[in-house]
Amino acid sequence: MRRGKIKMRVMQKHNAIMTGNEAVAVGVKLARVGFVSAYPITPQTTIVEKLAEMVANDDLDAKYIEVESEHSAMAAVFASELAGVRSYTATSSHGLLYMHEMLHWTAGQRLPVVMSVVNRALGPPWNIWSEQTDTMNQKDTGWMQVYCESNQEALDTILMGYRIAESQDVMLPLMSMEDAFILSHTSEPVIIPEQEKVDEFLPKLDLKFRIDLKNPMGYGSYTPPDGPFMELKKDLMESMKNSREVIQKVTGDFARTFDRDYSGLIEQYRMDDAKYALIASGTLASTGKYVVNQLRDEGEKVGLIRLRFFRPFPDEEILSAVSNLESVGVLDRSISLAANGFTATEVRSALYGKSDIPVTGFTAGLGGRDVRIDDFLDMFKTTKKGKGGNHYINVKEVK
Amino acid sequence: MIMAPIADVSSRVNHTDSWRIQKPIIDYSKCIRCMICWKFCPDACIDVVDGGAIAAPSERTLKMEAPVIDMDYCKGCGICANECPEKCIEMVLDEKGED
Repeated sequence: MRRGKIKMRVMQKHNAIMTGNEAVAVGVKLARVGFVSAYPITPQTTIVEKLAEMVANDDLDAKYIEVESEHSAMAAVFASELAGVRSYTATSSHGLLYMHEMLHWTAGQRLPVVMSVVNRALGPPWNIWSEQTDTMNQKDTGWMQVYCESNQEALDTILMGYRIAESQDVMLPLMSMEDAFILSHTSEPVIIPEQEKVDEFLPKLDLKFRIDLKNPMGYGSYTPPDGPFMELKKDLMESMKNSREVIQKVTGDFARTFDRDYSGLIEQYRMDDAKYALIASGTLASTGKYVVNQLRDEGEKVGLIRLRFFRPFPDEEILSAVSNLESVGVLDRSISLAANGFTATEVRSALYGKSDIPVTGFTAGLGGRDVRIDDFLDMFKTTKKGKGGNHYINVKEVK
Repeated sequence: MIMAPIADVSSRVNHTDSWRIQKPIIDYSKCIRCMICWKFCPDACIDVVDGGAIAAPSERTLKMEAPVIDMDYCKGCGICANECPEKCIEMVLDEKGED
Protein backbone atom coordinates (compact mmCIF):
# COMPACT_ATOMS: atom_id res chain seq x y z
CA MET A 1 0.00 0.00 0.00
CA ARG A 2 1.25 3.49 -0.83
CA ARG A 3 2.12 5.86 1.98
CA GLY A 4 0.02 8.71 0.62
CA LYS A 5 -3.20 6.74 0.90
CA ILE A 6 -2.60 5.89 4.56
CA LYS A 7 -2.02 9.57 5.30
CA MET A 8 -5.34 10.47 3.68
CA ARG A 9 -7.17 8.18 6.09
CA VAL A 10 -5.49 9.83 9.06
CA MET A 11 -6.44 13.23 7.64
CA GLN A 12 -10.10 12.29 7.39
CA LYS A 13 -10.20 11.89 11.14
CA HIS A 14 -9.94 15.68 11.13
CA ASN A 15 -6.99 16.07 13.33
CA ALA A 16 -3.26 15.89 13.19
CA ILE A 17 -0.18 17.22 14.89
CA MET A 18 2.03 19.13 12.54
CA THR A 19 4.42 22.05 12.17
CA GLY A 20 3.24 25.33 10.64
CA ASN A 21 5.12 24.57 7.45
CA GLU A 22 3.48 21.14 7.12
CA ALA A 23 0.08 22.70 7.80
CA VAL A 24 0.69 25.25 5.03
CA ALA A 25 1.66 22.46 2.59
CA VAL A 26 -1.55 20.60 3.46
CA GLY A 27 -3.49 23.83 2.81
CA VAL A 28 -1.84 24.17 -0.60
CA LYS A 29 -2.76 20.56 -1.43
CA LEU A 30 -6.38 21.07 -0.32
CA ALA A 31 -6.55 24.22 -2.48
CA ARG A 32 -5.72 21.98 -5.47
CA VAL A 33 -2.83 24.20 -6.53
CA GLY A 34 -1.69 23.25 -10.05
CA PHE A 35 1.76 24.82 -10.11
CA VAL A 36 4.53 25.22 -7.52
CA SER A 37 7.90 26.91 -8.04
CA ALA A 38 10.52 26.34 -5.38
CA TYR A 39 13.76 27.86 -4.23
CA PRO A 40 14.97 26.91 -0.74
CA ILE A 41 15.60 29.35 2.11
CA THR A 42 15.48 28.79 5.86
CA PRO A 43 12.95 28.70 7.54
CA GLN A 44 10.59 28.29 4.57
CA THR A 45 12.27 25.27 2.96
CA THR A 46 10.23 22.55 4.63
CA ILE A 47 7.04 23.90 2.97
CA VAL A 48 8.30 23.27 -0.57
CA GLU A 49 10.02 20.05 0.58
CA LYS A 50 6.67 18.73 1.77
CA LEU A 51 5.02 19.82 -1.49
CA ALA A 52 7.77 18.07 -3.49
CA GLU A 53 7.00 14.89 -1.57
CA MET A 54 3.27 15.25 -2.22
CA VAL A 55 3.86 15.76 -5.96
CA ALA A 56 6.31 12.82 -6.10
CA ASN A 57 3.76 10.55 -4.34
CA ASP A 58 0.90 11.66 -6.64
CA ASP A 59 -0.92 13.15 -3.65
CA LEU A 60 -0.90 16.53 -5.38
CA ASP A 61 -1.52 16.86 -9.11
CA ALA A 62 0.74 19.84 -9.77
CA LYS A 63 3.65 20.85 -11.94
CA TYR A 64 6.63 21.41 -9.62
CA ILE A 65 9.71 23.25 -10.83
CA GLU A 66 12.96 24.10 -9.09
CA VAL A 67 14.24 27.49 -10.16
CA GLU A 68 17.60 29.21 -9.73
CA SER A 69 16.46 32.18 -7.61
CA GLU A 70 13.51 33.76 -5.84
CA HIS A 71 13.22 36.32 -8.62
CA SER A 72 12.65 33.41 -11.01
CA ALA A 73 10.37 31.65 -8.51
CA MET A 74 7.95 34.58 -8.67
CA ALA A 75 8.44 35.04 -12.45
CA ALA A 76 7.47 31.38 -12.97
CA VAL A 77 4.40 31.74 -10.76
CA PHE A 78 3.48 34.94 -12.64
CA ALA A 79 3.52 33.06 -15.95
CA SER A 80 1.64 29.97 -14.75
CA GLU A 81 -1.04 32.05 -13.02
CA LEU A 82 -1.44 34.07 -16.23
CA ALA A 83 -2.05 30.77 -18.02
CA GLY A 84 -5.03 30.28 -15.67
CA VAL A 85 -3.45 27.79 -13.26
CA ARG A 86 -3.73 28.30 -9.48
CA SER A 87 -0.09 28.82 -8.48
CA TYR A 88 1.97 28.90 -5.31
CA THR A 89 5.45 29.56 -3.98
CA ALA A 90 7.02 30.30 -0.59
CA THR A 91 10.01 32.24 0.65
CA SER A 92 11.63 34.13 3.55
CA SER A 93 13.81 37.10 4.37
CA HIS A 94 16.50 37.87 1.76
CA GLY A 95 14.73 35.60 -0.72
CA LEU A 96 11.66 37.81 -0.48
CA LEU A 97 13.78 40.90 -1.01
CA TYR A 98 15.28 39.35 -4.13
CA MET A 99 11.71 38.77 -5.35
CA HIS A 100 10.70 42.40 -4.79
CA GLU A 101 10.56 43.43 -8.45
CA MET A 102 8.36 40.49 -9.41
CA LEU A 103 5.99 41.23 -6.50
CA HIS A 104 5.13 44.53 -8.22
CA TRP A 105 4.70 42.72 -11.55
CA THR A 106 2.36 40.10 -10.10
CA ALA A 107 0.13 42.63 -8.35
CA GLY A 108 0.25 45.08 -11.27
CA GLN A 109 -0.78 42.32 -13.68
CA ARG A 110 -3.68 41.54 -11.30
CA LEU A 111 -2.72 37.90 -10.72
CA PRO A 112 -4.36 36.26 -7.67
CA VAL A 113 -1.28 34.32 -6.53
CA VAL A 114 -0.99 33.15 -2.91
CA MET A 115 2.47 32.91 -1.38
CA SER A 116 3.63 31.93 2.09
CA VAL A 117 6.36 33.91 3.76
CA VAL A 118 8.02 32.68 6.92
CA ASN A 119 9.09 35.93 8.59
CA ARG A 120 12.84 35.99 9.24
CA ALA A 121 15.23 38.81 10.14
CA LEU A 122 17.32 40.60 7.52
CA GLY A 123 21.10 40.81 7.68
CA PRO A 124 23.59 42.04 8.35
CA PRO A 125 24.47 40.53 10.74
CA TRP A 126 23.34 37.09 9.61
CA ASN A 127 20.31 35.82 11.52
CA ILE A 128 17.60 33.26 10.74
CA TRP A 129 15.12 33.97 13.54
CA SER A 130 11.72 35.58 13.73
CA GLU A 131 11.21 39.22 12.71
CA GLN A 132 8.68 40.84 10.36
CA THR A 133 10.87 43.44 8.63
CA ASP A 134 11.11 41.31 5.46
CA THR A 135 7.38 41.43 4.69
CA MET A 136 6.88 44.94 6.10
CA ASN A 137 9.34 46.01 3.40
CA GLN A 138 6.83 44.65 0.83
CA LYS A 139 3.82 46.58 2.16
CA ASP A 140 3.76 48.87 -0.89
CA THR A 141 3.80 46.20 -3.61
CA GLY A 142 0.02 45.79 -4.01
CA TRP A 143 -0.08 42.42 -2.20
CA MET A 144 -2.53 41.71 0.58
CA GLN A 145 -0.79 40.61 3.79
CA VAL A 146 -2.01 38.28 6.55
CA TYR A 147 -0.02 37.59 9.73
CA CYS A 148 -0.96 34.21 11.26
CA GLU A 149 -0.99 33.35 14.93
CA SER A 150 -1.27 29.54 14.83
CA ASN A 151 -0.56 26.58 12.56
CA GLN A 152 -4.31 26.17 12.07
CA GLU A 153 -4.62 29.77 10.92
CA ALA A 154 -1.65 29.25 8.57
CA LEU A 155 -3.47 26.32 6.92
CA ASP A 156 -6.85 28.05 6.80
CA THR A 157 -5.36 31.29 5.41
CA ILE A 158 -4.18 29.46 2.28
CA LEU A 159 -7.80 28.44 1.58
CA MET A 160 -9.30 31.83 2.45
CA GLY A 161 -6.40 33.54 0.68
CA TYR A 162 -7.17 32.05 -2.74
CA ARG A 163 -10.91 32.81 -2.30
CA ILE A 164 -10.17 36.46 -1.46
CA ALA A 165 -7.45 36.93 -4.09
CA GLU A 166 -9.51 35.33 -6.89
CA SER A 167 -12.63 37.39 -6.16
CA GLN A 168 -13.58 39.37 -9.28
CA ASP A 169 -13.72 42.52 -7.13
CA VAL A 170 -10.16 42.03 -5.87
CA MET A 171 -7.84 40.13 -8.27
CA LEU A 172 -4.74 40.86 -6.22
CA PRO A 173 -2.09 38.51 -4.83
CA LEU A 174 -1.93 37.66 -1.13
CA MET A 175 0.97 36.71 1.14
CA SER A 176 0.37 34.72 4.30
CA MET A 177 2.93 34.95 7.08
CA GLU A 178 4.22 32.59 9.76
CA ASP A 179 6.73 33.54 12.44
CA ALA A 180 10.06 31.77 11.91
CA PHE A 181 10.41 28.57 13.99
CA ILE A 182 7.71 29.63 16.49
CA LEU A 183 5.13 28.48 13.91
CA SER A 184 7.14 27.15 10.99
CA HIS A 185 9.01 24.42 12.92
CA THR A 186 6.83 23.91 16.00
CA SER A 187 4.16 21.21 16.06
CA GLU A 188 0.59 21.97 17.12
CA PRO A 189 -2.72 20.12 16.85
CA VAL A 190 -4.37 21.01 13.54
CA ILE A 191 -7.81 20.22 12.16
CA ILE A 192 -7.51 19.25 8.51
CA PRO A 193 -10.65 20.21 6.59
CA GLU A 194 -12.38 17.68 4.35
CA GLN A 195 -11.51 17.95 0.67
CA GLU A 196 -15.17 18.05 -0.45
CA LYS A 197 -15.90 20.96 1.86
CA VAL A 198 -12.80 22.78 0.60
CA ASP A 199 -13.85 22.18 -3.03
CA GLU A 200 -17.22 23.68 -2.24
CA PHE A 201 -15.68 26.66 -0.45
CA LEU A 202 -12.99 27.25 -3.07
CA PRO A 203 -14.18 26.75 -6.66
CA LYS A 204 -11.76 26.31 -9.55
CA LEU A 205 -9.86 29.36 -10.74
CA ASP A 206 -11.51 31.07 -13.69
CA LEU A 207 -9.06 33.72 -14.85
CA LYS A 208 -10.96 35.82 -17.37
CA PHE A 209 -7.89 37.22 -19.10
CA ARG A 210 -5.67 34.15 -19.17
CA ILE A 211 -3.20 33.56 -22.00
CA ASP A 212 -4.97 32.19 -25.04
CA LEU A 213 -2.72 31.07 -27.89
CA LYS A 214 -5.52 31.53 -30.43
CA ASN A 215 -6.11 35.08 -29.32
CA PRO A 216 -2.73 36.63 -28.48
CA MET A 217 -2.65 39.77 -26.30
CA GLY A 218 0.00 42.11 -24.95
CA TYR A 219 0.48 41.62 -21.17
CA GLY A 220 1.93 44.50 -19.18
CA SER A 221 3.28 46.04 -22.36
CA TYR A 222 4.56 49.57 -22.95
CA THR A 223 2.17 52.30 -21.87
CA PRO A 224 3.11 55.94 -22.56
CA PRO A 225 2.41 58.76 -20.08
CA ASP A 226 -0.94 59.54 -21.71
CA GLY A 227 -1.86 55.84 -21.84
CA PRO A 228 -3.90 54.25 -19.04
CA PHE A 229 -0.93 54.06 -16.66
CA MET A 230 -2.27 56.22 -13.81
CA GLU A 231 -5.74 54.77 -14.29
CA LEU A 232 -4.41 51.22 -13.79
CA LYS A 233 -2.66 52.21 -10.54
CA LYS A 234 -5.79 53.94 -9.27
CA ASP A 235 -7.88 50.89 -10.15
CA LEU A 236 -5.49 48.65 -8.19
CA MET A 237 -5.96 50.92 -5.18
CA GLU A 238 -9.74 50.70 -5.59
CA SER A 239 -9.54 46.90 -5.62
CA MET A 240 -7.39 46.93 -2.48
CA LYS A 241 -10.15 49.00 -0.87
CA ASN A 242 -12.84 46.61 -2.17
CA SER A 243 -10.97 43.66 -0.70
CA ARG A 244 -12.09 44.69 2.84
CA GLU A 245 -15.67 43.74 2.13
CA VAL A 246 -14.58 40.54 0.36
CA ILE A 247 -12.38 39.58 3.34
CA GLN A 248 -15.34 40.00 5.72
CA LYS A 249 -17.56 37.91 3.46
CA VAL A 250 -14.99 35.14 2.92
CA THR A 251 -14.08 34.84 6.62
CA GLY A 252 -17.84 34.66 7.34
CA ASP A 253 -18.31 31.92 4.73
CA PHE A 254 -15.30 30.10 6.15
CA ALA A 255 -16.72 30.25 9.68
CA ARG A 256 -20.04 28.83 8.46
CA THR A 257 -18.38 26.03 6.46
CA PHE A 258 -15.56 25.02 8.83
CA ASP A 259 -16.68 26.37 12.20
CA ARG A 260 -13.58 28.50 12.74
CA ASP A 261 -14.16 32.26 12.84
CA TYR A 262 -11.25 34.60 12.09
CA SER A 263 -13.47 37.71 12.36
CA GLY A 264 -12.17 39.63 9.35
CA LEU A 265 -9.20 41.99 9.33
CA ILE A 266 -8.57 42.27 13.08
CA GLU A 267 -9.29 40.16 16.17
CA GLN A 268 -10.41 41.91 19.34
CA TYR A 269 -9.45 40.18 22.58
CA ARG A 270 -11.20 41.20 25.84
CA MET A 271 -11.82 44.66 24.43
CA ASP A 272 -15.41 45.08 25.66
CA ASP A 273 -14.84 47.39 28.64
CA ALA A 274 -11.09 47.92 28.12
CA LYS A 275 -9.52 51.29 28.96
CA TYR A 276 -6.18 50.57 27.32
CA ALA A 277 -4.91 47.99 24.86
CA LEU A 278 -1.97 46.79 22.82
CA ILE A 279 -2.01 46.23 19.05
CA ALA A 280 0.14 43.28 17.97
CA SER A 281 0.37 40.68 15.20
CA GLY A 282 1.59 37.12 14.71
CA THR A 283 2.55 34.90 17.63
CA LEU A 284 3.45 37.87 19.85
CA ALA A 285 -0.30 38.47 20.06
CA SER A 286 -0.61 35.08 21.80
CA THR A 287 1.81 36.07 24.57
CA GLY A 288 -0.03 39.39 24.73
CA LYS A 289 -3.36 37.64 25.28
CA TYR A 290 -1.84 35.56 28.08
CA VAL A 291 -0.67 38.74 29.79
CA VAL A 292 -4.07 40.41 29.23
CA ASN A 293 -5.64 37.51 31.14
CA GLN A 294 -3.12 37.96 33.97
CA LEU A 295 -3.80 41.70 34.20
CA ARG A 296 -7.57 41.15 34.00
CA ASP A 297 -7.27 38.82 37.02
CA GLU A 298 -5.67 41.73 38.85
CA GLY A 299 -8.62 43.94 37.89
CA GLU A 300 -6.99 45.90 35.06
CA LYS A 301 -9.33 46.91 32.22
CA VAL A 302 -7.02 45.87 29.43
CA GLY A 303 -7.40 44.25 25.99
CA LEU A 304 -5.52 43.33 22.85
CA ILE A 305 -6.12 43.98 19.17
CA ARG A 306 -4.53 41.43 16.88
CA LEU A 307 -3.84 42.64 13.36
CA ARG A 308 -4.52 39.79 10.96
CA PHE A 309 -4.29 41.93 7.84
CA PHE A 310 -1.67 44.62 7.39
CA ARG A 311 -2.72 45.13 3.74
CA PRO A 312 -5.36 46.30 3.29
CA PHE A 313 -4.64 48.19 6.52
CA PRO A 314 -7.66 47.91 8.86
CA ASP A 315 -7.77 51.63 9.68
CA GLU A 316 -11.56 51.87 10.13
CA GLU A 317 -11.62 48.70 12.25
CA ILE A 318 -8.84 50.06 14.51
CA LEU A 319 -10.51 53.46 14.79
CA SER A 320 -13.71 51.76 15.95
CA ALA A 321 -11.86 49.32 18.26
CA VAL A 322 -10.01 52.11 20.10
CA SER A 323 -12.98 54.50 20.31
CA ASN A 324 -13.58 53.79 24.02
CA LEU A 325 -9.94 53.50 25.05
CA GLU A 326 -7.88 56.03 26.98
CA SER A 327 -4.57 54.94 25.43
CA VAL A 328 -3.20 52.41 22.98
CA GLY A 329 0.20 50.79 22.43
CA VAL A 330 1.53 49.35 19.18
CA LEU A 331 4.04 46.53 19.12
CA ASP A 332 6.27 46.09 16.07
CA ARG A 333 8.52 43.06 15.65
CA SER A 334 10.18 44.90 12.76
CA ILE A 335 12.21 48.02 12.23
CA SER A 336 11.82 50.79 9.68
CA LEU A 337 15.35 52.11 9.69
CA ALA A 338 15.20 55.91 10.05
CA ALA A 339 11.48 55.94 10.92
CA ASN A 340 9.35 54.52 13.71
CA GLY A 341 7.59 51.14 13.79
CA PHE A 342 5.69 50.20 10.60
CA THR A 343 2.46 49.44 12.46
CA ALA A 344 2.81 52.37 14.87
CA THR A 345 3.15 54.74 11.89
CA GLU A 346 0.09 53.25 10.16
CA VAL A 347 -1.99 53.35 13.36
CA ARG A 348 -1.06 57.01 14.00
CA SER A 349 -1.97 57.82 10.41
CA ALA A 350 -5.30 55.95 10.72
CA LEU A 351 -6.22 57.85 13.90
CA TYR A 352 -4.96 61.28 12.80
CA GLY A 353 -7.72 63.89 13.01
CA LYS A 354 -10.25 61.26 14.10
CA SER A 355 -9.12 60.25 17.57
CA ASP A 356 -6.81 61.99 20.03
CA ILE A 357 -5.83 59.04 22.22
CA PRO A 358 -2.09 58.73 22.82
CA VAL A 359 -0.33 56.09 20.70
CA THR A 360 2.81 54.54 22.21
CA GLY A 361 5.12 52.62 19.88
CA PHE A 362 7.23 49.61 20.90
CA THR A 363 10.02 47.90 18.98
CA ALA A 364 10.69 44.41 20.32
CA GLY A 365 11.88 40.94 19.41
CA LEU A 366 14.24 41.85 16.57
CA GLY A 367 16.40 38.99 15.26
CA GLY A 368 14.22 36.55 17.19
CA ARG A 369 14.96 38.04 20.64
CA ASP A 370 12.46 36.67 23.15
CA VAL A 371 9.58 38.94 24.10
CA ARG A 372 8.63 37.72 27.56
CA ILE A 373 5.75 38.18 29.95
CA ASP A 374 7.72 40.84 31.87
CA ASP A 375 8.31 42.73 28.62
CA PHE A 376 4.57 42.72 27.95
CA LEU A 377 3.86 43.88 31.51
CA ASP A 378 6.27 46.78 30.84
CA MET A 379 4.56 47.62 27.57
CA PHE A 380 1.08 47.57 29.09
CA LYS A 381 2.30 49.75 31.98
CA THR A 382 3.89 52.28 29.59
CA THR A 383 0.79 52.24 27.37
CA LYS A 384 -1.46 52.94 30.36
CA LYS A 385 0.58 56.05 31.24
CA GLY A 386 -0.49 57.39 27.84
CA LYS A 387 2.60 59.48 27.18
CA GLY A 388 3.15 58.27 23.61
CA GLY A 389 6.61 58.14 22.09
CA ASN A 390 8.57 55.17 20.79
CA HIS A 391 10.34 52.67 23.02
CA TYR A 392 12.75 49.78 22.53
CA ILE A 393 12.00 46.74 24.63
CA ASN A 394 14.70 44.63 26.25
CA VAL A 395 17.72 46.28 24.60
CA LYS A 396 20.95 45.74 26.53
CA GLU A 397 23.50 48.44 27.27
CA VAL A 398 26.48 47.87 24.98
CA LYS A 399 29.79 49.01 26.45
CA MET B 1 -14.79 44.72 -13.08
CA ILE B 2 -11.14 45.33 -12.45
CA MET B 3 -8.68 46.82 -14.93
CA ALA B 4 -5.71 44.69 -15.95
CA PRO B 5 -2.81 45.86 -18.14
CA ILE B 6 -3.72 43.77 -21.17
CA ALA B 7 -3.64 45.10 -24.73
CA ASP B 8 -5.64 43.59 -27.60
CA VAL B 9 -3.49 45.42 -30.16
CA SER B 10 0.07 44.70 -31.19
CA SER B 11 2.85 46.80 -29.68
CA ARG B 12 3.47 47.94 -33.29
CA VAL B 13 0.94 50.69 -32.59
CA ASN B 14 3.31 52.19 -30.05
CA HIS B 15 5.15 54.58 -32.35
CA THR B 16 8.25 56.19 -30.89
CA ASP B 17 8.79 58.83 -33.57
CA SER B 18 7.83 61.64 -31.21
CA TRP B 19 10.90 60.82 -29.06
CA ARG B 20 13.06 62.15 -31.93
CA ILE B 21 14.76 65.54 -32.16
CA GLN B 22 16.88 64.85 -35.24
CA LYS B 23 16.18 62.47 -38.07
CA PRO B 24 18.63 60.61 -40.32
CA ILE B 25 18.52 61.34 -44.07
CA ILE B 26 20.38 58.88 -46.35
CA ASP B 27 22.05 60.27 -49.45
CA TYR B 28 21.50 57.21 -51.69
CA SER B 29 23.75 58.64 -54.42
CA LYS B 30 26.69 58.01 -52.06
CA CYS B 31 25.38 54.88 -50.21
CA ILE B 32 27.41 51.77 -51.11
CA ARG B 33 24.79 49.37 -49.51
CA CYS B 34 27.27 48.03 -46.91
CA MET B 35 24.37 47.71 -44.38
CA ILE B 36 26.55 48.78 -41.46
CA CYS B 37 23.73 51.19 -40.43
CA TRP B 38 21.28 48.23 -40.41
CA LYS B 39 23.64 46.23 -38.19
CA PHE B 40 24.14 49.04 -35.69
CA CYS B 41 20.57 50.39 -35.37
CA PRO B 42 19.71 49.69 -31.68
CA ASP B 43 15.97 49.83 -32.39
CA ALA B 44 16.02 47.52 -35.41
CA CYS B 45 14.14 50.14 -37.37
CA ILE B 46 16.26 50.08 -40.54
CA ASP B 47 14.76 47.72 -43.10
CA VAL B 48 16.64 46.18 -46.00
CA VAL B 49 14.47 46.72 -49.05
CA ASP B 50 14.79 45.47 -52.61
CA GLY B 51 14.68 48.47 -54.98
CA GLY B 52 14.27 50.77 -52.01
CA ALA B 53 16.27 53.61 -53.52
CA ILE B 54 16.24 55.44 -56.83
CA ALA B 55 19.79 56.76 -56.62
CA ALA B 56 23.13 54.96 -56.23
CA PRO B 57 26.86 55.60 -56.80
CA SER B 58 26.86 53.08 -59.69
CA GLU B 59 24.61 51.03 -61.98
CA ARG B 60 25.64 47.86 -60.14
CA THR B 61 24.80 49.32 -56.71
CA LEU B 62 21.38 50.48 -57.94
CA LYS B 63 20.34 46.83 -58.43
CA MET B 64 21.23 45.94 -54.82
CA GLU B 65 18.97 46.01 -51.74
CA ALA B 66 19.08 49.33 -49.89
CA PRO B 67 18.61 50.42 -46.24
CA VAL B 68 15.34 52.27 -45.56
CA ILE B 69 14.69 53.88 -42.17
CA ASP B 70 11.27 53.26 -40.57
CA MET B 71 10.39 56.74 -39.36
CA ASP B 72 7.54 55.42 -37.15
CA TYR B 73 10.08 53.95 -34.75
CA CYS B 74 13.39 55.82 -35.35
CA LYS B 75 14.24 57.70 -32.12
CA GLY B 76 16.93 59.77 -33.83
CA CYS B 77 19.91 58.48 -31.84
CA GLY B 78 22.29 59.08 -34.78
CA ILE B 79 24.26 55.87 -34.41
CA CYS B 80 23.68 55.05 -38.09
CA ALA B 81 25.09 58.42 -39.15
CA ASN B 82 28.06 57.96 -36.84
CA GLU B 83 28.88 54.48 -38.11
CA CYS B 84 28.35 55.09 -41.86
CA PRO B 85 31.81 54.66 -43.53
CA GLU B 86 30.80 56.82 -46.52
CA LYS B 87 29.40 59.62 -44.30
CA CYS B 88 26.22 59.61 -46.38
CA ILE B 89 23.71 59.77 -43.50
CA GLU B 90 23.02 63.26 -42.23
CA MET B 91 21.12 64.08 -39.02
CA VAL B 92 18.78 67.02 -39.59
CA LEU B 93 16.52 68.81 -37.11
CA ASP B 94 13.04 67.24 -36.98
CA GLU B 95 11.04 69.74 -35.00
CA LYS B 96 7.68 67.99 -35.34
CA GLY B 97 9.16 64.60 -34.50
CA GLU B 98 7.18 63.21 -37.38
CA ASP B 99 8.14 62.06 -40.83
